[in-house]
Order: sequence, then C-alpha cells, then structure tokens
Amino acid sequence: MKYQPLVQLEQVSRYYGVTLAVDAMEFEIGRGEVVGFLGPNGAGKSTTMQMIAGTLAPSRGRILIDGIDILDQPRQAKAHLGYLPEQPPLYRELTVDEYLRFCARLNRIPRTERTAAVARAKQRCGLEQVGRRLIGNLSKGYQQRVGIAQAIIHNPSVVILDEPTVGLDPIQIREIRALIRELGNDHSVILSTHILPEVQATCDRVLIINRGRLVYSDSIAGLEQNMRGGRLILGLRRPPPLAELEALPGVEQVERIDAQHLQIHYAAEADPAESLARHAVEQDWGLFELTPQRLSLEDVFVELTCREDDQEAEAA
Amino acid sequence: MMLLTLAGRELRSLFLSPLAWTILAVVQLLLGYLFLGQVDFYLQLLPRLASLEGAPGLTQLVVAPLFGNAAIVLLLVIPLLTMRLVADERRNRTLSLLFSAPLSMTEIVLGKFLGVMGFLAVMLGLICLMPLSLLLGGSLDWGVLFSGLLGLSLLLGAFAAAGLFFSTLTSQPAAAAVASFGLLLLLWVLDWAGNSLEGAGRSVLSYLSLLRHYEALLEGVFKTSDVVYYLLFIIAFLVLGIRRLDNDRLQH
Repeated sequence: MKYQPLVQLEQVSRYYGVTLAVDAMEFEIGRGEVVGFLGPNGAGKSTTMQMIAGTLAPSRGRILIDGIDILDQPRQAKAHLGYLPEQPPLYRELTVDEYLRFCARLNRIPRTERTAAVARAKQRCGLEQVGRRLIGNLSKGYQQRVGIAQAIIHNPSVVILDEPTVGLDPIQIREIRALIRELGNDHSVILSTHILPEVQATCDRVLIINRGRLVYSDSIAGLEQNMRGGRLILGLRRPPPLAELEALPGVEQVERIDAQHLQIHYAAEADPAESLARHAVEQDWGLFELTPQRLSLEDVFVELTCREDDQEAEAA
Repeated sequence: MMLLTLAGRELRSLFLSPLAWTILAVVQLLLGYLFLGQVDFYLQLLPRLASLEGAPGLTQLVVAPLFGNAAIVLLLVIPLLTMRLVADERRNRTLSLLFSAPLSMTEIVLGKFLGVMGFLAVMLGLICLMPLSLLLGGSLDWGVLFSGLLGLSLLLGAFAAAGLFFSTLTSQPAAAAVASFGLLLLLWVLDWAGNSLEGAGRSVLSYLSLLRHYEALLEGVFKTSDVVYYLLFIIAFLVLGIRRLDNDRLQH
C-alpha cells in the first residue's frame, strides 16, 4: 500500500488583505506523530492551524486530511479532526456534561455510543468530578481540559491543539503535557507553542516557522544532535598563542573570552577535546577546564529565526 | 437531525439566560394589557353592534388588533433576541467549534434559525392563550384566527431571518440589533411614504412593505402572494447569512 500521510500541506499560502501571513507552507504529518509547531508571536502558527482545522480557507495551495481535500469535502475531512483553538470554544452557560454531549452530537456520534464517548473523554481529561458543574464556573485549567475533551470526543485521527498550556499554572501544565503524550499513543497531535521545553517534553518532531515560512523541520533526536553543536570552553592557566591552537586538527576557530578562557569552534564530526587535552598536558598549558557547550533549544531557535531575518535583510 | 441538535442548543442557551424569560414576561404583560383594553372596547360597542346587520365580530374587533399590536411589540423585541445568535458566538470565539465540526454552513444557519423559531413558537403559544380565553364567554371565527396566526408566524419568521443575517455580519451584538431593528422598521413604514407617490413607485413601495402583506392576513384574506412574499423574504436573508458565514472562512 502507498504511504499516505495523515495531514499534507501543499504550497499553502494565506493572505490577510495584503499581508502575507503564511507563505507556501509545505509539510506532512504521519500517523501517530506528535508534532510541535514553534515560532515567535505572529509567525503564522495559529493561521496555519486554523487552515488545517478547516475554519480558515487557504488563499493558495491544498490541504489534505487522510487524502481528502478539506475545501472540496469539508465534512468528510473534518470528521478526522479535533481542534482546540487558542481560546477554547466553550458555552459557559452549559454544564460540562451537557457541553460534551452537544459536541458528541455535532460530530455525529451515534446515539448508542454517545454516553460512552462522553465518559471516555471525561476520563482521559480528568473531568469526572466536574461533569455537573457549569463551565463558566470552572478554573482556567479545567476549562482548558474541557476544550481538549471536546477535541478528542469523536476519537479523531488528528488532534490540533493551539497553545494548549497558555495561562495555566505549572502543575496544570505538567498534567496537560502528560495528557498530550498519552494522546500521542493513538492520535496524531499537532501542537503549537512558543514555549520551547514543551516541545522537547512532548513532541516527536519539531517544525519551526518564522514570518509564515517553514524554517526548520526535524525529529527531536535530530534537533538534539544539532544542539550538541560545535563548541568547547577551554580554560588554560598559560594559554599559547591562538594560532597554535587553531593549527590543531578539527579546530576551526578560537575566540578569547578572557585571559584564561577560550572558546573553541570545531567541525561537527571532529571533536578535538581529546587532542586538546593531550596537547595541554604535553606542553604544560595548565589545563583547568574543558567543557563541551550544548546549545539550548532557545539558541537553535534564535539562530534559525534570526538567520532567516539576516538573509532577508541582505536580499533587500 | 443535526438541525435539531443545533436548534436545541440554541433554545437551551436562550432559556438559561434571563433574556428569554424577561422577553416572554414583558411581551405577555404588554399584550395582556392591550388585549384587556380591546375586550373592554368590544363590551362598550356591544349594544350598538347588536342592532347592526353583518357587524364585525369578536375575532375582528379583539383578535385582529391584538395580533396587530403583537407584531409591533415583537418588531422591537426580536432584534434583541437574534442579535446574539452569531455575533455572540463570534465574540466568545465559540464559532470555531461549529466551523471545525463536520457541519455545513447551511446547517449552522438553519439550526440557529430553527432555534429562534422554537422560542417564537412558545411566545406565539402564549399569545394565543388570550384569544382562546374568549371561548369561555363567546365564539371565535376560526378562519380569521388561523389566518392571523399564520400571518404573525410568517412575519416573525421574516423578522428572525433578517435579525439572524445582521448577526452574521458583526461581532457586536448591539450593532446587529440596531441594524436589524432599523431595517425592519424601514420596511414597516415603507408604504407611508408610498401614499404620497403615484403609480408604479407607490405599488412597488407598498409591495415591499412588511405591513401591507400582514394586514390582509389579519383580516382573514388569504392570498398566496402574501405568503410567498414572506417565504421569499425569509429564504433571501437565510441565504445571505449562509453566504456571509462561508465568506468568514475565506476572508478576514
């Protein structure tokens, strides 16, 4: 059988008036993948998610959900989708049970299975205790959970969560993250956030977008590989001239941080730590520190989004 | 089936807010007062009517004015009822729940329209209790009563469809209420200006007037063209509403 990605974006663009919010976005999401959507504010995250969820039509390009075009056959495509917008779409005057039953009916769950579906969604989102309470009286964290319950009630193959942890306290954030990881076991999840550790904690794959364009797409493992990137801090009591260090195999560039600390840049494959240590001992440089520098996700993110901006500035 | 789900939710939310109850109570109070006034008036006329051949009966003298007043009161009230249908959902961002569910825009609009009509049916039922109470001491002309009731239902349907359309235009319920009230009032008084015109202008204006078609039905004169006018009015505004919501996804 041919590989069929669950969600497929083909050259999707979206204009708001003359402003280009999303520019020729193209990616695929496979079955059971948890994908993190990262980007600074105004990067086009929400717009892209709205387009995948079918509440916004793309100006150009195609979006396929399980091979179904969301504009041509919205009803069939949307049956595969569960969507939690940035602000959960809750009717504050209904109780949690009433609301979820209404959502179940909206998603055409047959009458006989409705009660079970509501119970399952409540159980997964930890809402058993609040079923009879009014949504308007619940705390923000519980409202967010009701929002998620609404998105998963019809057991969709794709769950789209737009900034699901915004405005929650740390404990609630941990609970929601655990829930997202659990959802990842049998649903594809698309998650947008600007909180970087959240992606590391929950996702299989990261998509970084900036100014409406996809600037990075890789698995978390690949990202971590990227983050191990190429720097050492070297502390020497009696540092030799910089040229001597730069001559060593693998070393690309040496920067002086202060009198005794140096930063060594090296090519990704050739870690010079071992030879540096040997040379330092042999030539009595007085080695007291040798620390590999790990880039944080923040660094990668800033680097990617800024590099993009620089290129644009050069082009202009 | 889906329509009933949407309509049921709409109706439920209406009755969970004090607005629906207040509207029912105030309308009932106002119309009850006007109704008693009409009954009083009828009792005063009664001795003179007895001597007349082919005099207007209870239905013409009490029920028709009651339905006429009801139309004016509801003209004021229905924009308040319809204003929040879509505008409120847009403001509270709950509209995306409906948009991301496997529903067509037609279902959303018709569902909401049915919900309001359900509420208006309750109100009509309450209004009808007044003429029916006359059965305790007199008899009614059922034909006139039903034609008046049909006219009032169609008129309310037209009000609701126009209000629903204006509600799809904005995220400010108050703006929707003002706009739909303005349009309805304009269509109501349209043929007043028509009186000073001659010929074709006059007949066009009075054809467009919501009032003209209603008056005939109140008098018990059933013309297909009147009914068709209201049905076209309702369909036109519902289609406009559907188109507007469709556009929501395309352009912002």
